[in-house]
Amino acid sequence: MTAASDDGFVVFDRVQKSYDGEVLVVKDLNLSIGKGEFLTMLGPSGSGKTTCLMMLAGFETATHGDILLDGQPINNIPPHKRGIGMVFQNYALFPHMTIAENLAFPLEVRKMGKDDREAKVRRALEMVEMGDFGGRRPAQLSGGQQQRVALARALVFEPELVLMDEPLGALDKQLREKMQFEIKHIADNLGITVVYVTHDQTEALTMSDRVAVFEDGRIQQLAPPDELYEAPKNSFVAQFIGENNTLEGVVEEIKDGVALVNLDGGGLIDAKPVNVTKAGERTKVSIRPERVEYNKDRLHADAHTLQAEVMEFIYMGDIFRTRLKVAGNDEFIIKTRNAPDQRRLKPGEMIEIGWLAEDCRALDA
Amino acid sequence: MELPPYATTGQRIWFYAFRVICGLILFFLIAPIMVVIPLSFNAENFFTFTPEMLALKAEGYSLKHYRDFLSNPDWQQALRNSVQIAPVATILSVTLGTLAAIGLSQPHVPFRRAIMAILISPMIVPLIISAAGMYFFYSRLGLQGTYLGVVLAHAVLGIPFVIITVTATLVGFDKSLTRAAANMGADPVTTFFRVQMPLILPGVISGGLFAFITSFDEVVVVLFVGSAGQKTLPWQMFTGLREQISPTILAVATILVVISIALLTTVEVLRRRSEKLRGMSPG
Repeated sequence: MTAASDDGFVVFDRVQKSYDGEVLVVKDLNLSIGKGEFLTMLGPSGSGKTTCLMMLAGFETATHGDILLDGQPINNIPPHKRGIGMVFQNYALFPHMTIAENLAFPLEVRKMGKDDREAKVRRALEMVEMGDFGGRRPAQLSGGQQQRVALARALVFEPELVLMDEPLGALDKQLREKMQFEIKHIADNLGITVVYVTHDQTEALTMSDRVAVFEDGRIQQLAPPDELYEAPKNSFVAQFIGENNTLEGVVEEIKDGVALVNLDGGGLIDAKPVNVTKAGERTKVSIRPERVEYNKDRLHADAHTLQAEVMEFIYMGDIFRTRLKVAGNDEFIIKTRNAPDQRRLKPGEMIEIGWLAEDCRALDA
Repeated sequence: MELPPYATTGQRIWFYAFRVICGLILFFLIAPIMVVIPLSFNAENFFTFTPEMLALKAEGYSLKHYRDFLSNPDWQQALRNSVQIAPVATILSVTLGTLAAIGLSQPHVPFRRAIMAILISPMIVPLIISAAGMYFFYSRLGLQGTYLGVVLAHAVLGIPFVIITVTATLVGFDKSLTRAAANMGADPVTTFFRVQMPLILPGVISGGLFAFITSFDEVVVVLFVGSAGQKTLPWQMFTGLREQISPTILAVATILVVISIALLTTVEVLRRRSEKLRGMSPG
């Protein structure tokens, strides 16, 4: 997708990065981000996602390949001339300036007049509901308030592209969820392009238009959140996004788009072949906990089922989380909604479980 | 610190011994300086306490040595030289030392430790060796016996203090602040003066203070590198001690002590105020 992606607002074209000249931290990255898109780079630490963001901001240089912004290569443009907004992980607010001075800083260096400056600062602070805090210093604000100020400061000079490097990492869970929606709404309202880096998959799923899952310096899958969750392309993505049950086995046969898998722990199941192509291949099948069914009436008459032993039943309020032993795997989790007709399983009970073949994905081993 | 009720005899002995030792240390540090102050008000031309002074009689005390300091052209010339040399040497030390510290804090600079060691060496090499070396070196360059030569020599002595204090403040400096500034469109020079400099200012100021006091108090190097035209206050005190043992030296010493205390206090007050403004420390 090199020539075809020239229409992207931000384009990574065969980008490689190595810090020591030997190990590639980013291996052959091709990515095209549309204007106004909210794209999240998701991955475990050391997967290369932050390096990509730093290359885009200009704090790291690509060892190989081009990065284009609005059609122009930016490899040779220093960070201060790129005009990209950024929210840092630790907020990076200037401690010796007040909040208003912090926000005015990018406008001052652009030689904007005092009146314009004050108006813009006020508007940006109001946008993040921090209008009354202009006279304070960063150290006098809570973490959540500093986060809002950092966001306002990244937006105040009206950049078209804003980068966010794990901006919610230091906040507690409730505040984080609230800010996820706020950031998303502000980004949508302003129509800006956002590249967001996180290792929190919930954050990635709730906020993004598309998510790029990074691992080992490569994008493992680039897809909208629902596709990523429901149709992971390989076992890394399946394992990394959401909760997932994995069973290992060998493909017996592939017929009519359904793979019959002989599990190592015993038992035959139907699965949707994703990246297995022929009989005899080893595979990891992946099933989401909420797609497992143990009520026989809801299964197909001819569906393959497995025997399972209930190991543990956990009451979580809205859902029940039950741990089973299935085909030798005693970390098999199923989730069921707390509905009036739902039966609560007891440890030691033997049940029969099954699923629709398309919910069970046969992935690479 | 309170003595706990379960303390053993040994602990009790140590508890009191510790206080005695601390008291002795402070006494040995301060007493020689404190003795100078009353002696400088001596009505006689001696370095000793007269019976009148010990009896606290008014006629035992006078300001005549201070008057001598203010009227004697030798002392006035020395004062003028010191005031002309120390600030310029300080500005040089602060500028070069701060830049060196910032440069050496960049992880990609090769041979950082070796360069740092060389820059700090004037603090470690015995002063008399530096002074002798500078004498021969500056003679070749025609700097020996010039104002510029003394200023440069004192700047060299002051740089290590600035490097050490600024490096210490840079350790706690958050690099993402300069990145944030660049990201918002500030070029490196603007970033330095608007973001980095204000934040490392406490280190720069205390380094500058040390550099100033080094130059103001320095006698060995100026004896080698300077000539009579660059006679500073410590030089005049040194020759005064050798040649005419006059208590005017004590008056000058008292003034220098007062200036040092005033400078240290000012800097400490400034530092606390800036920290409070930034909310770094409570209260």
